[in-house]
Amino acid sequence: MPASGQASATSLPIGSDADLAWVRQQVRQCAAQLGFGLVQQTKVVTAASELARNTLVHGGGGRVEITPLDDGRTRGLRMRFTDEGPGIRDLDLAMTDGWTSGGGLGLGLSGAKRLVHEFAVDTEPGRGTTVTAVAWVTPVPSSRTGVG
Amino acid sequence: MSQPFPASPQVPVLALGDILLVTLQGELHDGMAEQLQQDLTHRIAASSVTGVVIDISGVEIVDSFLGRVLAEIASTAGLLAARTVLAGMRPAVAITLVELGLTLPGLVTALDVDRAMELLSPREA
Repeated sequence: MPASGQASATSLPIGSDADLAWVRQQVRQCAAQLGFGLVQQTKVVTAASELARNTLVHGGGGRVEITPLDDGRTRGLRMRFTDEGPGIRDLDLAMTDGWTSGGGLGLGLSGAKRLVHEFAVDTEPGRGTTVTAVAWVTPVPSSRTGVG
Repeated sequence: MSQPFPASPQVPVLALGDILLVTLQGELHDGMAEQLQQDLTHRIAASSVTGVVIDISGVEIVDSFLGRVLAEIASTAGLLAARTVLAGMRPAVAITLVELGLTLPGLVTALDVDRAMELLSPREA
């Protein structure tokens, strides 16, 4: 993990659907400041919404920590969602498209993973769940010349 | 559950003849979306509504929850003999929804409200 530089992390509670809206706003603001383009902002905010809702619905509430990153070449955003809920018994199953334990569409974890660059789940039954998602600012794709 | 606001603001629903125009804007709380779903269903059943246009041009993100609510509104309206058209989705939202895996196959869409109204109005000649 690169040193995260000067900017500091923001920690927000996730305990109601109003909190979900606030998390989305904060993530969007942070992503915009870091230079994410509009489509990338939309992807990151959508991923944040899915993961925050998981924290609320399945984890019984928790927190998210939003940290700006800078690896010297590009800037990024790390979101770490933690809860002390029941944990995920079968992670492979939970990561499967269409599988759901709640009333959703079963796209929360698997869908959010596709919207970011790095994704990790740390969970244990009875010990809660931490989901970490990282997105990097990527340049607008141009011609492919020079790609080795 | 804590609510920092005194009451959830209502989503405006405008009746234009037999068509209901719903304008979603900005941040939509989950509770508001579910309330809208119920309100719309009752209004469709209680009147002679034949079509529903949901304008989402002001919506910055659609996640799987809102996507499910929109699909359910359309399905429920269909059972009550009303057609639903989703209008004005932003390109960034469309790209994100496809990547998320949510392509909402049952939903009829239009690029803007005018075209959605055209889709729902009875053909002339």
